[in-house]
Amino acid sequence: MNEDAHLQSESTDRELLSFRVGEQEYSVDIMSVREIRGWTRPTPLPHSAEYVCGVINLRGTVLPIIDLSRRLAIKVEEASERNVIIVAHIRHQTVGLLVDAVSDILAIPESEMQPPPDTASDHERGFVKSLTIVDGRMLRILDLESVLPDQRQDAA
Amino acid sequence: MTTPDPMAEIRASFFIECEELLEALQDGLSMIDDGATDDETVNVCFRAVHSIKGGAGAFGLDELVRFAHRYETVLDEVRGGRLAPEHDALLLFMRAADVLSDIVRNCRDGIVTDPDAVEPTLRELEALTGAEEEEEEVCDFQPMTLSLDIGIPDTVESDPTYEIIFRPEPELFQSGNEPLFLLSALKEIGSVETECDLSNIPDLSELDPEGACLGWKIRLTTDRGQSEIEEVFEFVEGLCTLKVSESNTAPAAGLVAIPGLPPLEESPIDDAENETVPDQRTQSTDTPVDISPRLTLGLPDAPSASSEADASKTEDDNSAGLSTSEKASTPAPTPPKPAKPPVQATATKATVRVDLERIERLVNLVGELVINQAMLSQSVTQAGIPANSPVAQGLEEFMQLTRDIQDSVMMIRAQPVKSMFQRMARIVRESSASLDKRVRLVTVGDTTEVDRTVIERLADPLTHMIRNAVDHGLEETSKRVANGKQEEGCITLSAAHRSGRVIIEVSDDGAGINREKVRTIAEEKGLVPIGQQLTDAEIDALLFLPGFSTAKTVSNLSGRGVGMDVVRKSIQDLGGRVNITSTPGKGTCFSISLPLTLAVLDGMVVEAAEETLVVPLGSIVETLKVRHDDMRAMGPNTQVLQIRDSFVPLMDLGVELGFREPREDYNGSVVLLISLEDGTRSAIIVDTIQEQRQVVIKGLQDSYGHIPGIAAATILGDGQVALILDPVDLMKNATGKTRSTLSQLELAG
Repeated sequence: MNEDAHLQSESTDRELLSFRVGEQEYSVDIMSVREIRGWTRPTPLPHSAEYVCGVINLRGTVLPIIDLSRRLAIKVEEASERNVIIVAHIRHQTVGLLVDAVSDILAIPESEMQPPPDTASDHERGFVKSLTIVDGRMLRILDLESVLPDQRQDAA
Repeated sequence: MTTPDPMAEIRASFFIECEELLEALQDGLSMIDDGATDDETVNVCFRAVHSIKGGAGAFGLDELVRFAHRYETVLDEVRGGRLAPEHDALLLFMRAADVLSDIVRNCRDGIVTDPDAVEPTLRELEALTGAEEEEEEVCDFQPMTLSLDIGIPDTVESDPTYEIIFRPEPELFQSGNEPLFLLSALKEIGSVETECDLSNIPDLSELDPEGACLGWKIRLTTDRGQSEIEEVFEFVEGLCTLKVSESNTAPAAGLVAIPGLPPLEESPIDDAENETVPDQRTQSTDTPVDISPRLTLGLPDAPSASSEADASKTEDDNSAGLSTSEKASTPAPTPPKPAKPPVQATATKATVRVDLERIERLVNLVGELVINQAMLSQSVTQAGIPANSPVAQGLEEFMQLTRDIQDSVMMIRAQPVKSMFQRMARIVRESSASLDKRVRLVTVGDTTEVDRTVIERLADPLTHMIRNAVDHGLEETSKRVANGKQEEGCITLSAAHRSGRVIIEVSDDGAGINREKVRTIAEEKGLVPIGQQLTDAEIDALLFLPGFSTAKTVSNLSGRGVGMDVVRKSIQDLGGRVNITSTPGKGTCFSISLPLTLAVLDGMVVEAAEETLVVPLGSIVETLKVRHDDMRAMGPNTQVLQIRDSFVPLMDLGVELGFREPREDYNGSVVLLISLEDGTRSAIIVDTIQEQRQVVIKGLQDSYGHIPGIAAATILGDGQVALILDPVDLMKNATGKTRSTLSQLELAG
């Protein structure tokens, strides 16, 4: 609630939670983030996509975990206790995103966000909604919906 | 959450009551059908219909009142012994009960019932009571067909005028009746002039807000008989002073409605209910001087039950301004006339209606409690506390209690399958009537209790199976006779608890599955390769393949070929399985096996490839250790296990789930022997068995989606998520080493 009001007062600013996956810096809208928690060993799911590392127990609910580095095809070391899980609410569904580290909360004016350039074959393009520059570094804003596994495809 | 409108709540509870009454009615009718001849059974039916009528009248549900009244009249004939409930009459009564429940539901949902669905039954009911009541019947019809317009001069001249004196007692308001509705009802049968008798209104200081001060003198010009006028007041009998007399004098032209009394059409009721009335009350405390004329207006509806809450508020408000002595001097209301004894269907156990959401919450909480308790006992064990210490013993008792609580909570959700079986009885009646077959439905074990979500979700597939049984299962009547069977086909619907599951069976005494025909059709449709060896069970299973339909003509009941695969799908979604057994010439039996609840499961916790998994205990027949020479190769990649004198397909759980590569040597591995619903068995290799315990089922469907071979997940004592296996699904999707002919069949379909 408070955050909501806060957002409205700075009308064009959007608050983003930035985090690292490998060497790359990404961010998501902070409104979709429920909590950030330490790493727990997920229970692997059979026959799942390789970027789904499994499910964990989040206070009694079963939470699927998506390994962002695999989803975004970024080379990183095997997940370990140094990783962090961002619990996000996407499309009426709660999922955990496994990332390397959470870095910062940033307020970025909407005007400073630009659509990703058209680089045709880039795998990441589908996942990045827009780009912005913070302290000379490029910050990618993640399109959370595209990160989710495609339900229909998986069910088949 | 809750609707603020008290009327809506009362209305909703009326419809819930209706459901119960309808159930009692159905019960009574089937008892009569089974040969019960005592008066009490008929009385139960009569009272059920009567209570529905009564409630419907209070809510102004005219079509319901009309039908219930007609029905009730006929049942009254039976009750009085003037009409014998023979077979045909009973069938009609059951149909009428169906129609009645339709009307109830339509009224609840605000749908206007199609007269075509009601009229035939209504006419049949009328035919039963014979011509002597012809006159009344005609009267009964008129409110619907001729909507009489009041104020048409010629009716006024030709019809007799009645003088009605109507003075409600306080009890009338307390029991939720409303004079305005009665007056409106009078208006419908003739032309009305109302005069309000204000003579009994005390001074404001002496006014009893819950008392009844108003009376009405009504001049009604109508072509109906006196009895029908009295019928309008039927539900307030004993709650008011009522005098109906025929007056010969023409209505005085100069008779004017009381100034201030609103015209009937624009009564204060509708909007006063929520706004005007409380408004006046606020005024009554603030400015008591100017309210008296307005209070006259608002008073009739103030004490009515529809605004009970408001009424009590009035009392508070008013008593604030009244001293106790003044209150005491209020004229005591005349002692109530004995009210009609409350109509009650049957003496039932006391029950509480609880919002389902609250139960869900409780169930979830208990689920958490079970997990928590498991975590606690695990940490106690880890702390190295000996088993005979008080802590461990206390924990043991705690575990027992948790389990008891869990069972009790589950029982709250359990419901007898009876209500569903009654719905099925209706399906049988309707489908047999449209197919012109004579069918009797026998239900067995309808007190068997099942989780209500299971019942709800089972209704559709079961409906389909019953229709199938009537349509395809039972032969034509002529064929039955030719085969020396009874003309009347019999469908048995049974429910029973069996080893922690509920078994529901639909069986018919028809011709059985024509396997040759099934096979030919499956081959024609390309569902199986031509000429493939199929066992009888496999042929029967073809019925469940999508796109399979054997009916030569598509009847409106079944035979669109979307049936049985959908049935199987919805039963599987409930964690159940369905099986067919059929004997040519004797009949077919569909057997559905369902979990008792969708919330907890007795499982065996096993380990495979370092992962912890739960196997439903119900599916495990035995556990054993593999010796090397028990394993036999069958073809290059397939191995079977020899158990005593039989061979069963063997699979490695870790491999099937893709957690590891097949091992070279399985010597010494633990094997779970799994029994499938169709009686076949299969062996699953796991690494170790950890324990046997109850687990709380956490669905994966919502958070992730379906995973082949996995039914759900649970949370173990250490807080880790463990997957619950679905052995049948696992077998079906078995890859690589083990693949039965049946699963190939499935793939082909």
